[in-house]
Amino acid sequence: MDATILLAAAINGLLIGGIYTLVASGLTLIYGVLHIINFAHGSMLMLAMFGVFFLLTKAGIDPYAALLVMVPAMFALGYLLYRGVIGRFSSGKDENILLITLGLSILIENLALMFFKGDTRTISVAYSDKMVELGPLLVSLPKIISFVAAMVLCGVLGLWMQRSDTGKAIRAVAKERMGARLVGIDVDRVFAVSYGIGLATLGAAACLLMPIFYVSPTIGHVFVIVAFTVVVLGGMGSFLGAVVGGLIVGLTESFGGLFLGESLGQIGISLIFILILLLRPSGLFGAGR
Amino acid sequence: MSAPTARQVWLLHGSLLAVALVFPFVFSSSFAVNFGVMALFYAFIGQSWNIAGGYAGQLSFGHVVFFGAGAYASTILQMRFGFSPWFGLPASALAGALVGWVIAFLSFRAGLKGSYFALITLAFAEVLRIVANSVEITGGGLGMLIPAKRSAANFQFPERIGFYYLILALTVASIAVAVWLKHSRFGAQLAAIRENEDAARALGIDVYTEKVKVMILSGAMCGVGGCFFAQYFLYIDPIIVFGVDKSVEMLLVSMIGGAGTVYGPLIGAVLLAGISDATRALTDVQGLSLVLYGTLLVVIIAFLPNGLIDLFQRWGRRRRHPAEKEGS
Repeated sequence: MDATILLAAAINGLLIGGIYTLVASGLTLIYGVLHIINFAHGSMLMLAMFGVFFLLTKAGIDPYAALLVMVPAMFALGYLLYRGVIGRFSSGKDENILLITLGLSILIENLALMFFKGDTRTISVAYSDKMVELGPLLVSLPKIISFVAAMVLCGVLGLWMQRSDTGKAIRAVAKERMGARLVGIDVDRVFAVSYGIGLATLGAAACLLMPIFYVSPTIGHVFVIVAFTVVVLGGMGSFLGAVVGGLIVGLTESFGGLFLGESLGQIGISLIFILILLLRPSGLFGAGR
Repeated sequence: MSAPTARQVWLLHGSLLAVALVFPFVFSSSFAVNFGVMALFYAFIGQSWNIAGGYAGQLSFGHVVFFGAGAYASTILQMRFGFSPWFGLPASALAGALVGWVIAFLSFRAGLKGSYFALITLAFAEVLRIVANSVEITGGGLGMLIPAKRSAANFQFPERIGFYYLILALTVASIAVAVWLKHSRFGAQLAAIRENEDAARALGIDVYTEKVKVMILSGAMCGVGGCFFAQYFLYIDPIIVFGVDKSVEMLLVSMIGGAGTVYGPLIGAVLLAGISDATRALTDVQGLSLVLYGTLLVVIIAFLPNGLIDLFQRWGRRRRHPAEKEGS
């Protein structure tokens, strides 16, 4: 096989992996802090993507400029959703929260189906088809932008978690709930903030994805397994894991498609997911269950 | 609180069966019979989920993996190898059981439980969906169309009512399994595992073996559901029989009706089929029925964690003991 094709597949895999990283970083944060598996993650991403779509088509706001709207909007949605629904009913078992987020995802997905119908929509902006020469390859400019932006955002989020007071409070709650409460941290607020940040990363991911992807009410399904795979592969709750996991999953998808064909190529991600769960459920960088 | 007597319970089973038997004579329109078939179909596959998810506490998000295995096993045998479609019933049970065994063997060996088990079943369903979408024998993404040849010998009853009584028989059998689980040693062991795995192990229960057994049982039942589905609609494709939607529906009818109860899945299924038919009759808005159902799931988990059946049980207790206070 031609080396150029392999290189192209590797570049493409890494570029899409950047987006997977961003989507998964929110999921891993929510898991790391709240110990809940946010099954509504895919449908929230779908919602954010429709937000970006309508901001462009109704208000003429460029998808990248929409970051300034979508990130705070998704944060607010997550914060309120946690305060109003998830946190309120979370007194019970871990499985119940999983089921509540499942119920929310069914609800949101079908509301979207009601209002937006099942159509697939894409946007076109001036730079949609722009290509950049990268050695022997032509690479799509919005893909490069999305990759760089995703990496920068993940870095900023990681730094913020390390340095800021809220970040420290979040990490304290993740490590030791009771202890955090004892030193005066408002644990419920930290939960809601973490869920909000988890969804805010989806707002950012949606803005970066829309120029290179499509949106439909069921688009969340595409990302659910992928995001869970990234998180499980990297280790639930680990940011570094999300970055490495995202890139590995992107490469797997890209090379899977190259060697096994469009249809069978998707199997790689699910197989990684199964193998990691069976062989090393704490993931590459996880601290164990 | 006192449990209903054995006589009252048998009276309940008997009267429900009588209602189900005469239903297609009282409401004989094809719309009504179709409603009956769909309600019983969801009750049947919901019960198969309930056996694993409700009685044994092994929550699965990808139960469709058994359903699809059964649907494809029976349809491939019929279409590619010329077997009688009736042979599909045992074959699909076997396929579902086999998949159940493999998944249980791998997952429980690795010690997966709770949310992790729920997620890995989803991934297995995804793997089989992709395989069914990619290989030739399944017809790939185009799916398989079973040619219409209406005769009972061909598993295509000339009248819908034939399907109705077949799915009724399957549902009755699934309810019998649930009743048996409620009273048998096996069922008691599963309940112990559901409530506290470590405690169950300390009591000397072979947790791993019992969990594998229940997944085989549940998988076999769900596989038969897949065979019935294929013969009723005469068409299957990877997204329909391995997609997330069916998994979610099985889980929903059990959780909403009441997981771990004998009649929970039936209650949830009648409601699901009712809501779906009613919304389709009243509006042509896509997705409305699942909007209602998703809302119901959240509300039920928040306020009625034992499912709708709890309402019936409270009402039954009050009727038997009018003087008794709630919860006493």
